[in-house]
Amino acid sequence: MSEYTLQKLKTCRYAYWGIFLFLGFLILLGIASSAYMEHEGHYVTGMNNQIVWGLPHIFAVTLIVIASGVLNIASMSSAFNKKLYKPLAPLSALFAIAFLIAGLIILVLDLGRPDRLIVAMTTYNFKSIFAWNIFLYSGFFVILSIYIWTMLDFNVSKYSSYVGKLAFGWRIILTTGTGSIFGFLVAREAYSTAVLAPLFIVMSLLYGTAVFYLLLRIISKLQNINIPDEIVTNIRRLMIIFLLANIYFLILYHITNLYISKQVAVTTFILLEGGNYTTMFWLGQVGVGLLIPLLFELTNKENRNFPLTLTSIMTLIGGFFAVAVIIIGGQAFPLNIFPDHTIISSSFFDNQIHSYSPSIFEFGLGIGGTSLALIIILVLITNLKFIPTKK
Amino acid sequence: MINRRNFLVKSASALAITFVVPSLLSGKAHAKKPLAQKVTDKQSWGIHVDAGKCVEGCTACVDACNEENGLTGFGRPETDSQWIRKVTVKNKTTDKITTMPMMCQHCENPPCCDVCPTGASFKRVDGIVMVNQHTCIGCRYCMMACPFKARSFVHETLTQQNTNAPRGKGCVESCNLCVNRIDHGSETTACEDACNKAGHSAITFGDLKNPSSKVRLAIDSNSPRRLRNDLNLQQKVFYSNI
Repeated sequence: MSEYTLQKLKTCRYAYWGIFLFLGFLILLGIASSAYMEHEGHYVTGMNNQIVWGLPHIFAVTLIVIASGVLNIASMSSAFNKKLYKPLAPLSALFAIAFLIAGLIILVLDLGRPDRLIVAMTTYNFKSIFAWNIFLYSGFFVILSIYIWTMLDFNVSKYSSYVGKLAFGWRIILTTGTGSIFGFLVAREAYSTAVLAPLFIVMSLLYGTAVFYLLLRIISKLQNINIPDEIVTNIRRLMIIFLLANIYFLILYHITNLYISKQVAVTTFILLEGGNYTTMFWLGQVGVGLLIPLLFELTNKENRNFPLTLTSIMTLIGGFFAVAVIIIGGQAFPLNIFPDHTIISSSFFDNQIHSYSPSIFEFGLGIGGTSLALIIILVLITNLKFIPTKK
Repeated sequence: MINRRNFLVKSASALAITFVVPSLLSGKAHAKKPLAQKVTDKQSWGIHVDAGKCVEGCTACVDACNEENGLTGFGRPETDSQWIRKVTVKNKTTDKITTMPMMCQHCENPPCCDVCPTGASFKRVDGIVMVNQHTCIGCRYCMMACPFKARSFVHETLTQQNTNAPRGKGCVESCNLCVNRIDHGSETTACEDACNKAGHSAITFGDLKNPSSKVRLAIDSNSPRRLRNDLNLQQKVFYSNI
């Protein structure tokens, strides 16, 4: 795509309004779910004093991980100087902003006191990785906004490569921060490892690339344009590399835990004895999310669109399970308060695998937040010139 | 009809009722340490639990804590707050069975305070770890970080709260060593009082810095241990005879 211009989305009015209203309806459901949860209290959710982070956090973390990963395409252009991706860079940065906003909105609306957001924005405990993340997220938002501006405004376009490199560095730190939210929890055997930070980075690269490809496919259908073969070929290669990197870090994470005696029990729980969590791990995260997509892509030597679409969808389903296994599985396994004792009884469920059944309200909040990302993208690409088209 | 004399008498009476009487009353109950006195690091509050004296089936400490802090449940044990709970454990080597109360361990290096984004989880200079109910945003990260599962999230709307222990829907809470009593000069916690009253005397509260305090004497004569010593959190709750 050597000669190109950026265009607005030009699609049939009915298609636009149909998608807009559908997403708007889902957002309203999300708002209603959140309002109900806040009004009644969190007892109406599946979360409790044992599983304190639930489905909203799975959605939020997945979306934030996607937000940093979807910037990949722009980073290829600015940080690694791959000209092929330059036309797609503004779109990539726009997706990143949209998914970041969606993830954060879900996190905020799930707080016990979302009305105290201003406290979170003004009162910091700088020892908290959560507080660092507030800076990392807001900084990412600002950097991405400037990045988009430098890419779209010819007068400042000479700075876009620098801002792009900054955005790339920032996103690596941001995903490290997201992984470290769990990695810094020394009390929980499933989490206390620095391997979670690079694991989250490779997860973001994989899921972000999958989301970018899927959205690009939808936009190309709506705009009635073709995705150049070169792009499809490259995205397929990237997917294979990222799938392999994910498998590598996942094995490293579990092997590390299996070598540390005090972490063997929780690893055995996830890998063998965890019931639903074990099923989610092997079937969802590993099977649907990694191995089958890898097999599909390795055999997709003609770089066809359909297998790539299918593997992208499977990767995202697997990714959702991966985050679920990390967040819920890690909490379901009881804390090891008495390492040399077995807990026989406790009124606070200390001796049990904790159960979690997400409520419809948590699902509504998650779907509403995800729809918010999509509606932001829809409205902006319809009103601003983001879509590259051949001259 | 009001005249000058009446006006002065009534005004003086009103002032007396408003300011003098309450201070006299509170002075009687909490003469040792008025609330206005600054918290200092001259004391370090802690608890010794003698599991050998704790009786299985007895919930006197739990009941007293619930009453002291107005922890009325909603019949939903998974979401109801528990500041203190009874746990029964069996030694993996000796098969010895022990029962004991579990509560916030008031760590010197509390992970809950480290992770709290707003600093709502904080440790006072006298060692009490507690939650500022005005700045807690309800993110529950402290609950993820606590190695002792000592914290609860308020899942439901609260009514008729105890004025001495304000709580908030959507905030996290935990044992604060009956901070309200301590700040009014008391030297016992509700759980300790209840345990003594039940005739077990398994819980001893006091100033860890005072070598002649009852808690120090209990610690010195029992050589207790801290739970999860490997984490080096330097808790101020000690257990003997587990």
